[in-house]
Amino acid sequence: MLYESPQTTTEAVTLLAKAKGKVHVLAGGSDLLVRMKGGYIEPDVIVDIKRIKSMNAVKKTADGYLIGAAVSCAQLGDNAALVKAWPGVVEAANLIGSDQIQGRCTIVGNLCNASPAADSVPAMIAAGATAIVQGPRGERQVAVEKIAKSPGVTSLKKGEVVEAIQLPPKQKKSGDAYLRFTPRTEMDIAVVSAAVNLTLGPKGVITDARVALGAVAPKALLVKPAAKAIIGSTLDDDALDKLAAACAAACDPIDDKRGTVHFRTKVAQVLAKRAAKIAYQRAGGK
Amino acid sequence: MSMVVNSTINGDPIEFSCEPDETLMDALRNRVGLKGVKEGCGTGDCGACSIRLDGALVCSCLVLGAEAEGRKVDTVEGMSDGAQLHVLQTKFLEHAALQCGVCTPGFLIAAQALLEKNPTPSEEEIRYGLAGNLCRCTGYDKIVRAVQDAAKTMNKRSKSKKTTGRKK
Ligand SMILES: Cc1cc2nc3c(=O)[nH]c(=O)nc-3n(C[C@H](O)[C@H](O)[C@H](O)COP(=O)(O)OP(=O)(O)OC[C@H]3O[C@@H](n4cnc5c(N)ncnc54)[C@H](O)[C@@H]3O)c2cc1C
Ligand code: FES
Ligand code: FES
Repeated sequence: MLYESPQTTTEAVTLLAKAKGKVHVLAGGSDLLVRMKGGYIEPDVIVDIKRIKSMNAVKKTADGYLIGAAVSCAQLGDNAALVKAWPGVVEAANLIGSDQIQGRCTIVGNLCNASPAADSVPAMIAAGATAIVQGPRGERQVAVEKIAKSPGVTSLKKGEVVEAIQLPPKQKKSGDAYLRFTPRTEMDIAVVSAAVNLTLGPKGVITDARVALGAVAPKALLVKPAAKAIIGSTLDDDALDKLAAACAAACDPIDDKRGTVHFRTKVAQVLAKRAAKIAYQRAGGK
Repeated sequence: MSMVVNSTINGDPIEFSCEPDETLMDALRNRVGLKGVKEGCGTGDCGACSIRLDGALVCSCLVLGAEAEGRKVDTVEGMSDGAQLHVLQTKFLEHAALQCGVCTPGFLIAAQALLEKNPTPSEEEIRYGLAGNLCRCTGYDKIVRAVQDAAKTMNKRSKSKKTTGRKK
């Protein structure tokens, strides 16, 4: 195996594109090294992106927040401005693993690992985040919900690397929230999760919303009918029931010892309602 | 093909060689001889291999040895000041916060990182902060007490340092 640690994105793309055999990007390694240890993958080349300066920064721009692919989740939690603008995204990122894992893991690794239960992904989808992808043919911008295709499989092509995540600018009177269900409070993988991001107009009426669910399908879902169910409402009980019904309709979960189909579908509704209420409060609604 | 890695380990410049797919945990134990770095699971779940990498608390079983190039590594071996144990180490002994001791180096490193970030943690904050460290022997209670006591002692010391500082 070869270990490479390029200094620039261009260098990384060249290495990824030209590498012979199985090549993997290394961010925090909290998925990659576990899979290597388990013998599930045997890389021929590893391209460590953590020495690339631009990938280590969180930048506030006119377009919102640009989070470099090598920024650890612990660093996101330490960024007060980001926490204030996107509390749901940061709380989701900070739920990943332990303090030790937080010191290494990234939201881009969480995304590219393509687990349907990845915590930060529904929150990023609800936020309307975009992945900035660099490859041999230049840059392309991909909506976060289009990166994972099925468990462990992404839409990234040979030679491509996610350089950063773009979060939109924080709108006035908006709020986001993420909740997951796990049997243990720490160090556990979501059985079901839900994220809601919404914006309020006059009189607390929701003018815009995005709702996403995790671990209830082969990939995290953007549930447009669920958003539609609460847009135009003040999140009254009727709107919440419609939100829950739309979420239930979108669920297509697996049945396993961690949760039956019935249980996951039920909990998805409960979490979506609760996340919507938190997001509504964060947006300044009463 | 073996790689040569230069890093600063517990304050000293150290050169070691390792395989490109070798973990930092294995390199520290087998190449550098720092056996205080323990392997429990090898998959990030138990925290026995906890170290600081450029100050960040990490599981060394999920870091490649090659990644330590040019970086600062701190292990339990660097915690004491010569023969003078760190307050956390003393308190772990006083409170009998260990039995077999395999988890102890990881707990010490994680507790040190926790107290740097939050010098006055509540019991709940300690339990959450140390959730990445598993212990099969103690039942955690004595570990939590030891960390609470260490925090108290460390805060007293830094307070008295500050007051003497002002007198000058
Ligand atoms: C003990 C433990 C607990 C965990 N708990 C949780 C949890 O609670 N919730 C959760 O969601 N996950 C959890 N995980 C899984 C893991 O920590 C997360 O998925 C993490 O976010 C992965 O990020 P990373 O930077 O470590 O990824 P890496 O392991 O570095 O990479 C993951 C995958 O993405 C690819 N990749 C990484 N960066 C890029 C890039 N820039 N461009 C293209 N591809 C890329 C890699 O090649 C690899 O296939 C846990 C893991 C462990 C070991
Ligand atoms: S050996 Fe590294 S976390 Fe268990
Ligand atoms: S003292 Fe034995 S594992 Fe903790």
